[in-house]
Amino acid sequence: MSARLALAVPRLPRLDPLGALLTALGAAALVLLPFVVLKPNRILPGEPVAMLAALPGWGAFACQAILALAALAALAASNARVRLTAALFGVVAVALALGAAADALTPAGNRVVRVAPGAAVWVLLTCLGLLATDAITRLSPGPASRVLFLALFIGVAGLALVHGTFDNLSVMREYTVNADRFAREARQHVWLAFGSLTAAFIVALPLGILCHRAPRLRAPVLGVLNVIQTIPAIALFGILMAPLASLAAAVPLAAALGIRGVGAAPAAVALFLYSLLPIAANTVAGLKRVPRTVVEAARGMGLTEWQVLGAIELVLALPVILTGVRIVLVQNIGMVTVAALIGGGGLGTFVFQGIGQTAIDLVLLGAIPVVALAFSAAVVLDALIEIRDRART
Amino acid sequence: MRGVAALLRLAALGLLLAFLLSPQSFAPLFAPLTQYGAPPIYDQGNLLALALAHLGVVCLAAAASTVVAVALGILVTRPSGAQFLPLSRTLVNVGQTFPPVAVLAVTVPIVGFGEKPTLIALFAYGLLPIFENTITGLKTVPPQVLEAASGMGMSAGERLRSVELPLAMPLILEGIRLSLVINVGTATIGSTVAAKGLGEVIIAGLLSNNNAFILQGGLVTGLMAVLLYDALAGLERRICRTVHLD
Repeated sequence: MSARLALAVPRLPRLDPLGALLTALGAAALVLLPFVVLKPNRILPGEPVAMLAALPGWGAFACQAILALAALAALAASNARVRLTAALFGVVAVALALGAAADALTPAGNRVVRVAPGAAVWVLLTCLGLLATDAITRLSPGPASRVLFLALFIGVAGLALVHGTFDNLSVMREYTVNADRFAREARQHVWLAFGSLTAAFIVALPLGILCHRAPRLRAPVLGVLNVIQTIPAIALFGILMAPLASLAAAVPLAAALGIRGVGAAPAAVALFLYSLLPIAANTVAGLKRVPRTVVEAARGMGLTEWQVLGAIELVLALPVILTGVRIVLVQNIGMVTVAALIGGGGLGTFVFQGIGQTAIDLVLLGAIPVVALAFSAAVVLDALIEIRDRART
Repeated sequence: MRGVAALLRLAALGLLLAFLLSPQSFAPLFAPLTQYGAPPIYDQGNLLALALAHLGVVCLAAAASTVVAVALGILVTRPSGAQFLPLSRTLVNVGQTFPPVAVLAVTVPIVGFGEKPTLIALFAYGLLPIFENTITGLKTVPPQVLEAASGMGMSAGERLRSVELPLAMPLILEGIRLSLVINVGTATIGSTVAAKGLGEVIIAGLLSNNNAFILQGGLVTGLMAVLLYDALAGLERRICRTVHLD
């Protein structure tokens, strides 16, 4: 009886719970929140503008049609490729609509009015990003295709920026004003993050090997490095300013090399100190993971201690060591931002200037590249780690 | 070895309390760091009050992130929420690449200056380690144990409360400890957006070129982080012992 009843009820298509949640959020944002904010200048608060009011005629409808298709895919499609494609089309549609809205709302030749992305844009991009992330996670692409995908995405975004799609958007206005400084600070940011990582790697790798070979050293060395981690970044930057200033005063060569109390030197030293623990600790952990029997066998084959270390132990420990490098790199890229407080330069300069002037566009000009940089570094290093890990097994 | 550790701990705690309660008695120590007769001890506010405010913001944020992260962790490890597990894992990884300063800077225009942006940044940043450890803790409960619990007639809720969560507790606590210690340091950045805390002392030092202030702020924050780390590690060991005795 009950079986026949169940058959009689028409079967509803199964809705994807995540898709339903994202669709509801995105639709609510589109209806309730402003698509862009029109500000009379860069600091004054602006007035909200809905998508239909911001975009000339067909533009808004085209964007909403693509978003509706993306919502349909999110709700009903089970194929991850379809969902990913739909999400990406959605992202492109929102981005193009944003650029077009900025063009439409800016009076020709007016360099004072600012069109900033509204809350709806952020919510929509988050929902679409989540949909894409979910699809990518389900597809679980290999390391090479992940990096390729990232490169493609950066390429498309770069093309749009070069082409001038977003030139009338507030953040890009801020960029145009600061173009020279932006290039300089971005270089400085990358240089500080990678430079301190390289220096830390050169020191921490032997330190980790030493700690592995002499277990008595392990607790005190890692303990000291651990304590360094607890000192807040801005304090460590500050504390290092004094000794570096006196070093520069006492040793002319140091001063000639650009070592000064203010600026990049204390930031580089502090980042170097912070980077030591993850690399050293992971070197120890990685070497510990190497099976004893393998090492014994290598020694039995007549390999010297150095050969065992270089050809067997370090190679086998590489994925774990690389994990330490990943932690350090992502952490450094974020922390360089704070270096701007002591005159160390980097993209944090824009962030703190923006906070000071309550100019959110300037903050975003600094913050967006930092997040993009950290994210890309994480994706690339994760791929490297996975490739090494596969080679091992 | 254990005696030495206890002694060190006591000394650190004593030093911290002595400095916070009577900072002026440390003035001769810091005086050589100042120039042109600048005050050697932070004088623009009560250090004890700042330290308490700092700790308060950190603990409030940690409590909020613990509640949310553990609840989410439980949700995605239940059969009904299993669909969200891979996505939430990826999100946690992506979230970790956001620098705290960026989170802080982006929240300021939305909620204004003061404690709120710091609280939000610390909350978001503290979620990640706790969430990750909750999932790992709940996922690594041996399946035999779960079967035995079900065999004893426990409902899903009972099993979660009296078997899974206690077994996952050490890892969850480790996550809380990690996020607390990171946040004690990160909270100093909050002072750039006018939150009350020890960052104020450091920033005052940076602005007036007074190394004594910078060192004071840094040392107090560092000592607080180390002591907190240590105290929570002790608590963890105690809880682990009771779990294994049961």
